[in-house]
Amino acid sequence: MWMYALRRLVLTIPILLGVTIICFALVQIAPGDPITSLVRPDTPPEQIAALRAYYGLDQPVVFQYLMWLWRVLGGNFGTSIANNAPVASEVMRAFANTIVIALISVLFAFVVSLVLGTIAAIRQGGIVDRLVTALAVFGISVPTFWLAVVLVIIFAVNLNWLPATGMGASGSDSFNYFVWDDFKFAIMPIVALALPPLAIMTRITRASLSEILNQDFIQTLRAKGLGGFQIITHAIRNIMPAAIAMLGLQLGYLIGGSVLVETVFTWPGTGALLNKAILTRDIPLLQGTILVLAGAFVLINLVVDLAQSLVDPRIKRS
Amino acid sequence: MTDIPAGSLPVDKSQSAPSTKVRGYWGSVWNRLRYDYTTLFCMALIAAIVLAAIFAPWLSPMDPEKSSMANRLRPIGHAKFGLGTDEQGRDMISRLLWGGRVSLLMGIVPVCFATLIGGAFGIIAGYYGGKVNMVIMRTMDVFFAFPSVLLAVAIAGSLGGGIGNQMITLTVVLIPPLCRVAETATAQVRSLDFVDAARASGASTYSIITSHVLINVLSPVLVYSSTLVSISIILASGLSFLGLGVSPPTADWGLMLSTLRQSIYVQPLVAALPGVCILITSIAFNLVSDGLRQAMDVKA
Repeated sequence: MWMYALRRLVLTIPILLGVTIICFALVQIAPGDPITSLVRPDTPPEQIAALRAYYGLDQPVVFQYLMWLWRVLGGNFGTSIANNAPVASEVMRAFANTIVIALISVLFAFVVSLVLGTIAAIRQGGIVDRLVTALAVFGISVPTFWLAVVLVIIFAVNLNWLPATGMGASGSDSFNYFVWDDFKFAIMPIVALALPPLAIMTRITRASLSEILNQDFIQTLRAKGLGGFQIITHAIRNIMPAAIAMLGLQLGYLIGGSVLVETVFTWPGTGALLNKAILTRDIPLLQGTILVLAGAFVLINLVVDLAQSLVDPRIKRS
Repeated sequence: MTDIPAGSLPVDKSQSAPSTKVRGYWGSVWNRLRYDYTTLFCMALIAAIVLAAIFAPWLSPMDPEKSSMANRLRPIGHAKFGLGTDEQGRDMISRLLWGGRVSLLMGIVPVCFATLIGGAFGIIAGYYGGKVNMVIMRTMDVFFAFPSVLLAVAIAGSLGGGIGNQMITLTVVLIPPLCRVAETATAQVRSLDFVDAARASGASTYSIITSHVLINVLSPVLVYSSTLVSISIILASGLSFLGLGVSPPTADWGLMLSTLRQSIYVQPLVAALPGVCILITSIAFNLVSDGLRQAMDVKA
């Protein structure tokens, strides 16, 4: 177990380094010279050269990267162009808002998908199975931002049940998930985020469970006289490692993919931050946010792999 | 938004290759496909959507970019504007037809590029193995460390908007999963006896790849590419929604959705229309790729 954990941990380091290289490259592929966009157009060339040297932009790219990496490791993600605030603190505040709704929606999707997938696998070809399949196709094909807009049209504009946008009646600082008047604001973002993972996980649950149910040991259990419910618990135990893997993967996708949904609901998370960075062409802010999100995705995958090896002893040996 | 499923395609060719049948491979695929009415219907639907996009200049009743302040936000079923007008009084039918051109292009072109590039890298990695494999596949692993939406937003956000940048972005995002599928399929084919036999009989690497490996890698890669079309359309419309796609007054479905968002209180149904187009197109592509997967006997 510990050897596996250690090896998995070591393998994460080159991936994280690769992530930082890509994030660094984002600034390089951005069109336009960062210095000329900072200064007035009539600035003398000597002054531009001095600025270039001051920011280290006259150094080779590899050296620039190492300098940047060193700063990032120290927690300095640069300053946002728009308001001169340090990127790190801004990203962290937004990240907290994103991870909470991502966690709630992925857990919601997980529970619902297990129930739906199990019913569909037991009653294959039945009406529930067909509805589940249709839901899965819909959930995989639907653009979440459109779903978000449709939810707003139905529940905010027509029915007036839920608030259309924002986070909390009194702003995001005093937001409390355990107060209904605040939580109302989170419901539609959570549902809009949850549908695609729900569809994918339902599909996987149904497929893997029906495969398990066709195996010999299920026959044996049946021959031993176990009831339907007990057999299902045995089968579900067998798909749990795969289920945990997909849970983690989907959580990672949600954290990265929430940009569109957060934009529609103006939820002040990393997605809204990315949107702001794009609109104002604030590349340092974009870079810092992407770096944090991708890093989180890598770490989530690491935790998932370790958790999986705890649940499923077969993995350690491979 | 759907995300690219981790690409792993265990293809068991030894069970499925109907080599002794009189009917060829594609013949047997078609034979399975012609009784699959859902897939056939979706294929017809896609053909209709593609034709509508190609012939948009002739089909659209009005100029899609001609705004009229007097006719803003007309409802669906209006006598002059069948599907209403948008927030600048432009005819929705014409805009949806023209927008479909961009959206379809964004679904298909990046997938084609990514199939060529990613497929080539995957075949090289899978065939040569060893260090070549390690360099290519570990590089791809780094890209897998990004959720696809995030990677798309990151690249497009840095490059800036515009159709060309959007195509580059989507191609880069789609290459790693395709490369992985091609690599897995190639590595499996490579270990089969007939490749050894071809090598023993003196065939060059080039001819082994082109005449033995390629044909066996083709169907899993093609099936996988077809699932990526709908993902590419959704990603592209998402980027346009964020303002990272076509520039106004040209519009694709994603940008239309974004600009009509302010009008949901006035004309909710009209505002939802572009999304319906995205949804229908993407469902059709998804169902066709499911059908192809079954017909081509590729396990996923």
